[in-house]
Amino acid sequence: MLDRPEGALLELINVSQTYTKGSGERDSLVLDNVSLTLKSGEIVGLLGRSGCGKSTLLRIVAGLVTPSKGEVSYLGARVRGPVQGVAMVFQSFALFPWLSVLDNVEIGLRTKGVPAEEARRRALAAIDTIGLDGFESAFPKELSGGMRQRVGFARGLVVEPNILLMDEPFSALDVLTAETLRTDLLDLWVEGRMPTNSILMVTHNIEEAVLMCDRIVVLSSNPGRIAAEMKVDLPHPRNRLDPEFRQLVDKIYALMTKRPAPERDGVFPGLGLGMALPHISTNTLAGMIEEVAAPPYNGKADLPALADSLNMEIDDLFPVAETLQLLRFAEVMEGDIKLTPAGLKFSDADIDARKKTFADHLLAYVPLAARIRRVLDERPSHRAPATRFQSELEDYMSEDRAEDTLKGVITWGRYGELFAFDEGSQTFSLENPGGE
Amino acid sequence: MTSRFVAFTSLGRRALPNQWDFIALAVVVAAFVAVAKGSVGMTAPLTAPVTADLSLDYANLPYYALRTTLRMFAALSASLVFTFTYATLAAKSRRAEMVLIPLLDVLQSVPVLGFLSFTVTFFLGLFPGSTMGAELAAIFAIFTSQAWNMAFSFYQSLRTVPRDLEEVAEGYHFSPWQKFWQLEAPFAMPSLIWNMMMSMSGGWFFVVASEAISVGDTTIKLPGIGSYLALAIDAKRIDAVLAAVGVVVLVILAYDQFLFRPIVAFAAKFRVELSAGQTQEESWVRQLFLRTRFLRALVTTPARILDRIALLRLDMPHSEGLRLRWSGQAVTRIQDAIWFIAIAAMVGYSLYQVFEFVSEKLSLGDLRETVILTTYTMIRVFVLIVFASLFWVPISIFIGLRPRLAEKVQPMAQFLAAFPANVLFPIAVVLVVKFSLNPDIWLSGLIVFGTQWYIVFNVIGGAMAFPNDLREASVNYGIKGKYWWKDVILPAVFPYYVTGALTASGGSWNAAIVAEYVKWGDDKVAAHGIGAYIAQATEAGDYPKIVLGVAVMSIFVILFNRLLWRPLFALGERRLRIN
Repeated sequence: MLDRPEGALLELINVSQTYTKGSGERDSLVLDNVSLTLKSGEIVGLLGRSGCGKSTLLRIVAGLVTPSKGEVSYLGARVRGPVQGVAMVFQSFALFPWLSVLDNVEIGLRTKGVPAEEARRRALAAIDTIGLDGFESAFPKELSGGMRQRVGFARGLVVEPNILLMDEPFSALDVLTAETLRTDLLDLWVEGRMPTNSILMVTHNIEEAVLMCDRIVVLSSNPGRIAAEMKVDLPHPRNRLDPEFRQLVDKIYALMTKRPAPERDGVFPGLGLGMALPHISTNTLAGMIEEVAAPPYNGKADLPALADSLNMEIDDLFPVAETLQLLRFAEVMEGDIKLTPAGLKFSDADIDARKKTFADHLLAYVPLAARIRRVLDERPSHRAPATRFQSELEDYMSEDRAEDTLKGVITWGRYGELFAFDEGSQTFSLENPGGE
Repeated sequence: MTSRFVAFTSLGRRALPNQWDFIALAVVVAAFVAVAKGSVGMTAPLTAPVTADLSLDYANLPYYALRTTLRMFAALSASLVFTFTYATLAAKSRRAEMVLIPLLDVLQSVPVLGFLSFTVTFFLGLFPGSTMGAELAAIFAIFTSQAWNMAFSFYQSLRTVPRDLEEVAEGYHFSPWQKFWQLEAPFAMPSLIWNMMMSMSGGWFFVVASEAISVGDTTIKLPGIGSYLALAIDAKRIDAVLAAVGVVVLVILAYDQFLFRPIVAFAAKFRVELSAGQTQEESWVRQLFLRTRFLRALVTTPARILDRIALLRLDMPHSEGLRLRWSGQAVTRIQDAIWFIAIAAMVGYSLYQVFEFVSEKLSLGDLRETVILTTYTMIRVFVLIVFASLFWVPISIFIGLRPRLAEKVQPMAQFLAAFPANVLFPIAVVLVVKFSLNPDIWLSGLIVFGTQWYIVFNVIGGAMAFPNDLREASVNYGIKGKYWWKDVILPAVFPYYVTGALTASGGSWNAAIVAEYVKWGDDKVAAHGIGAYIAQATEAGDYPKIVLGVAVMSIFVILFNRLLWRPLFALGERRLRIN
């Protein structure tokens, strides 16, 4: 076991992060007043959905990003720039494709000026620990995803960091590989063979957080705030079927699908026209309705169970559920999803009736869709350029999000046959090619 | 496969020229004027004899070939140094980028051969009476044909380094020097090497034109293939011309086998891709080095030393503290303001210089003449690219869809693109004179003679990349004849075609300077066009006319690239790229 210093390794005090838009007029808030302390000997999980700023938070901890407000201190000293003693493992592995496994692991030591022989010895030891023996001379592209991430871990551990940061390290891997890697990593940690004092990991996988972490920090989205913090006292190795484990998972699900604050009229950030919409295929929406309508759920499903059976992460599942809620095809509460009468009707209808229902709901509940349709109806030419709506949306949100929102509404509008869109000229119209 | 894409500055930028392009153009033209003014002042050194004793004896050819090759590599090294500094500066500094990239765009559009005369006088002035000046002038001419696309490709790569790798470099505390050699340079390598090969091909054209050049009364002949050829043309020795052509072929083949193939095979590992590539580049030279012990020992020591150098930290003292202290918004604004004022002053001075120089010697009539002549040349370039496309696209598609045939033809087309077509121009003169043909029509063919191969190998590449499932689908649904061409294969090869045609058109503008005015002994044949105008002005040593001709031609090239090729390229990328 390593000597683990007492007290706080790292402290974030009232950290906020704003991101300046291209025009520079309106700043959007990514992180709002986040305070966090990382102590020796613990694994802390940052749990949240995409867009909650958890990856930004991790980069602030690493010193890769300087926060707009607030203070970060490492071992009592203020952080200004990349921190010595912090190593990061990436979701995309981020290996240098032109370096062999051994060179990739060594590089962090070599650039620090560690002599070649010592770097080699330590790299080989790390490779041995992480179970990469025999792959030393392979290049990353020859390896499977799991093996690549092992290289990522070895590269992190070889510098013997005080804190190991992990940015969704298992989410690019298939289910089985991810599970093996998690278990191997936990074994090393529990046996004290990890040359690191603390681990801070970002994840959007609730079960993963409960399986691995001593403490879970749940972040809310847009902007990212700390919504809840909970300790996990279950002993390792943890059993996913343990009732206590399940209870904790359910609790977090409920926490994360809590009804939005009453001042909003939708489940997505923004009001009315300024609502940021996700880009979700209508096939996915219809598929989800059918899945919930069919046995064993018969119109009402427990979200963790649904996530399990569909093999969807919460980042895929939640936006779909919430879009259905927005369109009043379903209600989401307390970690459950329940179809409305309209949703049940939709699941039984044929294609044309489905399109009709969908169009009606789109007009009634998605202000942007209604707005586009009204503009097209009012104009004598029945045509309108996309830039017009894009710039209207940009009054409320960033350029990228406005683009995504528009893409989402185009997909839905096309399916509901509310309007047509020409990609080449970027114009909306009421034309129906070959029809009417 | 390596991306078959020559880095063209015009493509990465907006369609309509903006104030930065104007600034860049003013600066470039002013630089010509400055050199021209300076060289008018230096009269004495120009008369110094710099003509080496050359003979048409075949036995001299290997030595000449060696000299020419060395010049090529000297220029290539200079281009690499330029690339690493210029492109890095442009990619790292926002302020530098605003000026450097439009400047690169203008420089890439300037017909390099046009300002050969300036650089020759400039370098001769630096080393009066010695052949060093002439050598440097030739090397500089080759450099100007090689450097721009390499620099731009490197700049583009630096701007697209994957974010996560960048974070690794920062998170693991690489110093800027280490980051450059461990991450940025390797990441840029495949595209840089491809552009180096293209540059090397382009360089042959200029080496032939730059070794033997007359500016006014001064004639410079450096020992090399280009001078040998010029001598053979003066002496009307067709056998010597053919011998020179043969040697050029051998040299091109040799450097392909001994240099580029090993490098390409070596650089394969720098490609950022998720799975092991299907194509494995082979090189027998590389295998030889890897397998033979003493050859391997020969390269390991230098490799180890380079490795050490790349791992040096070379930290700038206190740079971080400085940056933090100076990064306040107000300070940035003030710095910007100073920067803009400096640029404005430079541009104002440039414009004044150009105006003074040109108004002294030239009239509005000259301007009208050059614009009309450039229009002729533009029509020529355009029509010939269309002809070459109509002829080669169907043939290339036919070849590309037959993989075995394509494998044999593809390298041949690349070789032909590298072959300096200007060595064959004299033969055209013989024919034009013999049959008293109209030079305005018959010399035009020479403009695309060397550049049409870019269309051929790009389209072959496009047809080879045509996905098999789409092929099967079109057979299965019976798509044939007109529909197959219109809806299937032409859209599929379109992005590749645009890349090829763009490269070809760039080369053709340059070729026009050589192709519109051709000599065979005392027989001279000229067509009406800006190329002939510049070539004749060069021969007469008339600097103001050269400046005017080159400037007008550059403006046309920039507009041609921006208004024709860029929209087509964007269309291809947006709508027709099969991924």
